[in-house]
Amino acid sequence: MSAAAPATPAAPPAVDLVNVQIDGVWHKFPKGTRMIEACRQVDKLVPHYCYHPKLTSPGNCRMCLVEMGMPPRPTPGQEPEKDEHGMPKIGWMPRPVIACANTVSEGMGIRTESLLTQECRKGVMEFLLINHPLDCPICDQAGECRLQEFSVEHGKGESRFREDKVKKPKNVDIGPRVRLDDERCIMCSRCIRFTAEIADDPVLGFTERGSYTTLAVNPGRELANNYSLNTVDICPVGALTSNDFRFQMRVWFLTETNSICTKCGRGCNTEIGARGNSVYRQSPRDNNDVNSSWMCDQGRLDFHFVNSEYRLTDPMLRAGTRHDVVDWKRALNEAATRIKGVSGAETAIVASARMTNEELFFVKQLAATLGTDLIDVVPRTGGADNYLRADDLNPNSNGVRQILGIEPGAKLAQIQAGVKSGTIKSVIALGENLLKAGFERGDLEGLRSLVSLHILANATAELSHVVLAGSSYAEKRGSMINVTGRLQRLNKAIKNPGNARDTWEILRDLIVAMGGSNGLHSIEDVFARLAAEVSAFEGLTFARIGDQGLPLIETGETIPLLEREKERKAKGLIVG
Amino acid sequence: MSSAAVQYLPGKEPHARERRLIFRNVDRVGYDPSIDCYLKDGGYEQLKVALKMEKIAIINEVKAAGLRGRGGAGFPTGVKWGFIPPTNTKPVYLICNADESEPGTFKDRYIMHQDPHQLVEGMAISCFAVGAKLAYIYVREEFPEAAIILEKAIAEAHSKGFLGKNILGSGFDCEIYVHRGAGAYICGEETGLIESLEGKRPYPRIKPPYFPAALGLYMCPTIVNNVESLCHVKHIIQMGGAEYAKMGTPNNTGTRILCVSGDVQKPGYYEVEVGKVTMGEVIDVLCGGLKPGRKLKAIIPGGSSAKVLRADETFKLKDGRELGILDIPMDFDTMAACGTMAGSGGVIIMDDSRSMSWVINNLNNFYAHESCGQCTPCREGSLWMKKISDRIVAGKASPDDVDTLETVANQIEGKTICAFGEACSWPTQSFIKKFRDELKGDCKPELAGRVVNGETAVAAAGLSA
Repeated sequence: MSAAAPATPAAPPAVDLVNVQIDGVWHKFPKGTRMIEACRQVDKLVPHYCYHPKLTSPGNCRMCLVEMGMPPRPTPGQEPEKDEHGMPKIGWMPRPVIACANTVSEGMGIRTESLLTQECRKGVMEFLLINHPLDCPICDQAGECRLQEFSVEHGKGESRFREDKVKKPKNVDIGPRVRLDDERCIMCSRCIRFTAEIADDPVLGFTERGSYTTLAVNPGRELANNYSLNTVDICPVGALTSNDFRFQMRVWFLTETNSICTKCGRGCNTEIGARGNSVYRQSPRDNNDVNSSWMCDQGRLDFHFVNSEYRLTDPMLRAGTRHDVVDWKRALNEAATRIKGVSGAETAIVASARMTNEELFFVKQLAATLGTDLIDVVPRTGGADNYLRADDLNPNSNGVRQILGIEPGAKLAQIQAGVKSGTIKSVIALGENLLKAGFERGDLEGLRSLVSLHILANATAELSHVVLAGSSYAEKRGSMINVTGRLQRLNKAIKNPGNARDTWEILRDLIVAMGGSNGLHSIEDVFARLAAEVSAFEGLTFARIGDQGLPLIETGETIPLLEREKERKAKGLIVG
Repeated sequence: MSSAAVQYLPGKEPHARERRLIFRNVDRVGYDPSIDCYLKDGGYEQLKVALKMEKIAIINEVKAAGLRGRGGAGFPTGVKWGFIPPTNTKPVYLICNADESEPGTFKDRYIMHQDPHQLVEGMAISCFAVGAKLAYIYVREEFPEAAIILEKAIAEAHSKGFLGKNILGSGFDCEIYVHRGAGAYICGEETGLIESLEGKRPYPRIKPPYFPAALGLYMCPTIVNNVESLCHVKHIIQMGGAEYAKMGTPNNTGTRILCVSGDVQKPGYYEVEVGKVTMGEVIDVLCGGLKPGRKLKAIIPGGSSAKVLRADETFKLKDGRELGILDIPMDFDTMAACGTMAGSGGVIIMDDSRSMSWVINNLNNFYAHESCGQCTPCREGSLWMKKISDRIVAGKASPDDVDTLETVANQIEGKTICAFGEACSWPTQSFIKKFRDELKGDCKPELAGRVVNGETAVAAAGLSA
């Protein structure tokens, strides 16, 4: 967008551009751009509650009212009056218009800071607060509440309201994961539209009318779909809160870290909210190539294990029927000795498609060092739901395919048979509980060497000679390739618990302890080696992946929810 | 049809100044709502005429007649019909807005009760003109009789071939259905009505983009007209647009039904030529004057949403006319020039026995009850206005509260999705502007700054304890 007066275009533009004046400065926007988005593009943020780019625009909150003008229709034969930029002079309308649902047109003027605009915002702010309980001190939304934010800019210091407030239901149980406070609700209808338009589960609606309008769940129904917690995210106030998060932590104490969800192969982009060494919540982060603005409840709530009491915090060696905590040096030496004590042909590696590309790189190195090709991961499928969830429940199966060059599950039966028959005498289990992957306890007990790496105590760890304590997804940096072939980054939100270490470092040091050497000291180093050795990563650096990821390979998979959003966008129903 | 042949029930005879067109058969001796009666009186002849006309010719006649909508906004009907996109390939719907809910208005009810076939014929002609094969009559919940009568009339028209397939051999198909509302004023707002008809909450739609003529019922072009407006179409066909336009005054043509209520000797309905009767004549000539010994105080000239006029007001108009309140002709344009509107034709007369605080409180009660609650200013503002005026009437307000009340109304006007915002703020704005001293006189200056809401009092007590 140019800030100067528009010059006559030398060649016809590819997209139909229109000249729009915003707060006195002329810009060019593609025809059809919503006024609110045009303003946002030039850093003139228009406050709003009901508008959401992924939902239809009912225009009900009236917070985005702005002063608007158009050049007057020219009198035939008369040249329209021009301003100092040579643009037709704007005739300003006495009535404000909503910026959310109206689109820009040629010669339009928008004033986001004029007296009329300011008066509209002040009026709406006052109206929204007169019947609001103002219970910010005990409200979970406090700190990320649009009412609070816009009050700072457009509110008044004191109330003119002398009447009794309207009383409405509080602490309403509308579903297993979401709770409703009707007095805080500002009737923006975002949640109603989300459940109807995105989740295809229209269970929310309004009852009563006027100031007594009350959000409610339909009789005999509940808000229980697997995307219900998105309504909490898009609720601009504290009306909808998450049963999981409410009263757990004031949001201003949380540090947000950009990462991705590892619950399935979609790799929904997330923000991990942590304080100290604890994760308190995770919420979806916008990515229009992966998860739009949403994520499923299953994935969102799958973080409590990170701070679980079953976390392994130290490496351990088996001593009879129990395990002793040892230091890393001893644990890695013991592991190296045990692994080397069995020939490569008699050794199998069961890794995990939940590992990062960087970790898988070391798995590949480990296999090469040992000279074994008995290597596999545990496949998990059956997750597809026609929205966001992928059929593949592992987050990095494509990483496995690219780096290890294997199809998940191809050799698992062979390894199991080998363990049973005794041809395999040493197993390295990396992040998978073998007893849940079809191996039998008796067979594992007969192994000469069982070295495993886990983050949670489990039955396989209990059988292992050496247990290595690794890091969870929230504690590490690294990359994964999702089911649509997109390379995405995880970031470190919290520290590893106790003496647990980053999984990639453990694997590197194990290889070093076995006599190898590689000189890799950071995730960036590892990724550089990946880029050098694996063709799909050629030319990439870890930094280049960025917060939105990069398309890496073509898988032909489409995302049902995103396809539907694209359709709605094409119809002009949503901004997208 | 000579009006000499028409006899009216004793005591219900039209005034000599009236011109009965739409209400010709209301209170008529020997007249009933059956189709036989209607046919005996020349019924459905205009439909026969219209079906032989070009559609565009009918629209042009309506435009030439200068017919303006009788529901409240006064928008030219023919122009509205012309808004259907010429490239349209979707079905077109016609909706008769029979949700007559504007306080002070009671004309459509009589048409539906006593002369339903006039409406059916007017609708059939209008459907043909705009190309609608399906039409709905949206009847308010409070008119159960009207719904029954209309359904009977539609069935009769069907059996005689005036509705249904291939009407009168013209090849034109048309069905009319009666749909009953559930009791909400907002269903009279055309896009709210459409939402209601679609089975949803009647939340008015934003315009743009949802102008009914392009994106109406089921996102198809839809024409929404008032009952009285649709009846006029029949008479326009009968008289011809040019002849029709001779009634009334330029740009304010035809007849319209005034519904007079309040402090006059003979309240009721009066069908007059638009602009040919002044406000003073309505009171003194048509309605037999004010009650004995009373003085005129205020008039709401076009339904409760219209801005009030004070008895001693004078108006200097741009065209040079200087008018007192009683000189205002009952038309669209002069009324607008005087800062109010002809609206739905509901004229409410108030004499000096009326407390203006009470009147505005009554109106605010209505609007607070009827606000749909979709958009913020109207939802929150209408109830706030009611609560302030409650206190004024109860003597629990300070004069400052009147000023607050005025600013609340200002914060609503022009900022809402639909015209309800104006409908609920105009009364408050105009009553305060014109009767500020009286409203403040009902307040107690010693309460200034001392009226607090219960919660604030509790909070303050907690702080001081």
